[in-house]
Amino acid sequence: MSYLSKDSPGEVNLLMGNEAIARGAIEAGVAFASAYPGNPSSEIITVLGSLAQELGIYVEWSTNEKVAVEAAAGASYAGLRSICAMKQNGLNVASDFISNAVLTGVGPGGMVLIVADDPGGISSSNEEDTRYFSRLLEIPLLEPAGFQEAKDMTAFAFKLSEETGLIVMIRSVTRISHGRGNVVYSKIEKGNKKARFDTGRTVLAFPVPWTHKILHDKMAVIKDKFEESDFNRYEGPKGADLVVVTSGAAYLYTKEALGLLGLSDRVGVLKLGTTFPLPEDFITRGLKGAKKVLVAEEVIPFLEASVKEAYANHVKDLGVIEFYGKASGHIPRENELSPDIMAQAIAGLTGTGYVPVDPAYQAEIRGLSLPNSPYRALTFCAGCPHRATYWDLKKALKLDGRDGFIVGDIGCYTIGLGPQGYSMLRTTHAMGSGSGLATGLGQLKTFGLDQPVLAVSGDSTFYHSVIPALINAAHHESNFTMVVLDNSTTAMTGAQPHSGSDTGAMGIPAHGLSIEKICESLGAKVRVLDPFDVDKSVQSIYDTIQDDEGIKVIIMRQECCLYRLKKDEKRYLMKIDETRCLGDACGCNRLCTRVFKCPGIIWDRAGKVARIDEVICNGCGVCTDICPEGAIIREVNHEA
Amino acid sequence: MKHNGAALAHDPTNIIIAGVGGQGNIMASQLLGKLLVTKGFEVIIGETYGASQRGGSVMSHLRVAGKGGISPIIPKGKAHYIIALEPAEALRVMGEYGNPDVRVLSNTRPIYPVDVSTGALDYPDLDNLKKIITDHAKETFFVDATDIALRVKTPILANIIMLGAFAQWGVVPLSVDEFKEAIRQSVPEKHLKKNIEAFEEGMRALAAS
Repeated sequence: MSYLSKDSPGEVNLLMGNEAIARGAIEAGVAFASAYPGNPSSEIITVLGSLAQELGIYVEWSTNEKVAVEAAAGASYAGLRSICAMKQNGLNVASDFISNAVLTGVGPGGMVLIVADDPGGISSSNEEDTRYFSRLLEIPLLEPAGFQEAKDMTAFAFKLSEETGLIVMIRSVTRISHGRGNVVYSKIEKGNKKARFDTGRTVLAFPVPWTHKILHDKMAVIKDKFEESDFNRYEGPKGADLVVVTSGAAYLYTKEALGLLGLSDRVGVLKLGTTFPLPEDFITRGLKGAKKVLVAEEVIPFLEASVKEAYANHVKDLGVIEFYGKASGHIPRENELSPDIMAQAIAGLTGTGYVPVDPAYQAEIRGLSLPNSPYRALTFCAGCPHRATYWDLKKALKLDGRDGFIVGDIGCYTIGLGPQGYSMLRTTHAMGSGSGLATGLGQLKTFGLDQPVLAVSGDSTFYHSVIPALINAAHHESNFTMVVLDNSTTAMTGAQPHSGSDTGAMGIPAHGLSIEKICESLGAKVRVLDPFDVDKSVQSIYDTIQDDEGIKVIIMRQECCLYRLKKDEKRYLMKIDETRCLGDACGCNRLCTRVFKCPGIIWDRAGKVARIDEVICNGCGVCTDICPEGAIIREVNHEA
Repeated sequence: MKHNGAALAHDPTNIIIAGVGGQGNIMASQLLGKLLVTKGFEVIIGETYGASQRGGSVMSHLRVAGKGGISPIIPKGKAHYIIALEPAEALRVMGEYGNPDVRVLSNTRPIYPVDVSTGALDYPDLDNLKKIITDHAKETFFVDATDIALRVKTPILANIIMLGAFAQWGVVPLSVDEFKEAIRQSVPEKHLKKNIEAFEEGMRALAAS
């Protein structure tokens, strides 16, 4: 039994925020869970999947977020409690369904939507603040301000969903989802595990004004509940001059900042956990007597706008209040917050100073740290097949000489935008966007576009959203080459299985779909290559882009090296024959280190030769084919 | 501040475990954090590992409190202890979170950033790096954790060797036996013996330094 499935009320465990959310779902007797992986949300489903058989629940990695949310709603309609998790970008994909489901309602099983935002874009292509979706779609929104709340809110959200027939959204952020903290367990409810679709009910949104009115009536009920919710509280002295209104991780930074400044008994904190619909009466009580209000939140001034709106509605009770936050420039509009940012903001408004450390020491250590801790650029792991793929593509496009180019999307291979991927990638937007862009670019021959067009995507992305673009391309006979970087897993987010895998989230067999068969069924010309076989890959890519007719698919198939090394040893033991490496005298311009840029090879400044870093090298063997002098020796590792 | 008879030198105690993606930061911080929770402390760990497998700097902020009020991010200049699995990372962290009273335990084995491998950037002279760290910390220990791990042919265990050194340091109220029990609970049976040996190697390395 896992520490996450123990029915041990009162026990305290150190849980990752995502584990706390999963535990909340387990305590609520969840029966069905679905998601498409995306950091910082991925561990929720990983954890539930690993416990699925023990708990008798169903868990899947869905093909994309829209399918995931629809699958979870299906279970909800059959009376099961269901949870669906995604990162911020995922909600863009899923929102189409949700905008209809608010009118039709879900249930009778409660349905909870977890969206983990990533302020600062720590592991994302943007820092989209999904809280506005709650207003746009009109779904209730909860924001956990800690690890205990992450669990408690999840359990509460199921009840609220069942009481109202609405999907309830919980917005986490990276620092909660990927942080860890103490969580006190509650009892595990058994939960309904008997599914039945009530054929006496038709799920419909029509007539729209009528169902929309029902939605607003539900929202009024929810607002009343939120007015009484324990997730909202006022902390600090009564009638404080300055009150900080805050939610989520910003609450933790606010509390810490007040501690640092010694102002906990002077400044009030209005901590909100239910941020849509807003509990206006509760907020009005909390702001009574305040002269200044600072709204502290990450990214978009969602709460700031909402609280100002509430203030406008209650201005007679509250008198003149000055508002500070993003509009006033006291809180940044970009990036995540921190205790330091909050301390400086509060110090500024209270006329106190904040000097965290002796300035002379700080100036000196910063001055020494900067030049002596060299920047670590993101790079492909040693042994990553994507490095080899970009190398192959670079050589093939050079050979072709028509200024061919590559468009792409999100994944480990996005590193291809930078020098570590030889700057081969020209664009990155949403999941599958490279294939979509390429369908358009592939139609521009009559406008004079004579460059070869290539698109890259990962294998998981292929299933997620490349397929519709390929169908479009096949139907309209768009001329481009789709390169699928198939490393047999969803590597970027922690090696989750996908629709091509032969096992699913629960660790039991699944039907893995063949990328080549899908592409062939669309009439595409398909080649499967091993990126580590450099010569053959370069020639095949070159041959493919000479073909000017219709849609071509190249599958670059080689397992993710990290994923592989969890199961097996290094394929090759690498060494450099120092008698053959000519160093700078070679004329190769240090091809292996300076050009190929694998971190497993380092330049020995003293000996003026290349060396293998045995700690870093993962033994893919590709560099042997790169070295013009044959100085890099690969020996088959017989333990593999 | 006492918990189950144990005392914290600072409340909160702020520990940063720093390294490069793939070095086992998270495993170390999680093991230590779980152990401290069983002793009755409030623990918060903030992790920065967005693209950590891909050569970036990674940091775990491990915070231990008797009376709460902590966030997942240590305020600038407020680290009490830095455990660095890579020496340049120790200095990088000191630049942001160091103070005259900070104490540092660092591995000595560099991992070169890709821009150093390519020749675009220089890696600092190791002796100079160690001197800067030593001169700007209250107490400093260097352990050849990766070299020890390579001797037992398991470079991945450098983090456990560093954990052993940290246990020997004795700056958190946890006994060696409690550390070992936590390793037993975190590590699969087949790897246990090597992990415990590595832990003990780390203890010896610190004791000898």
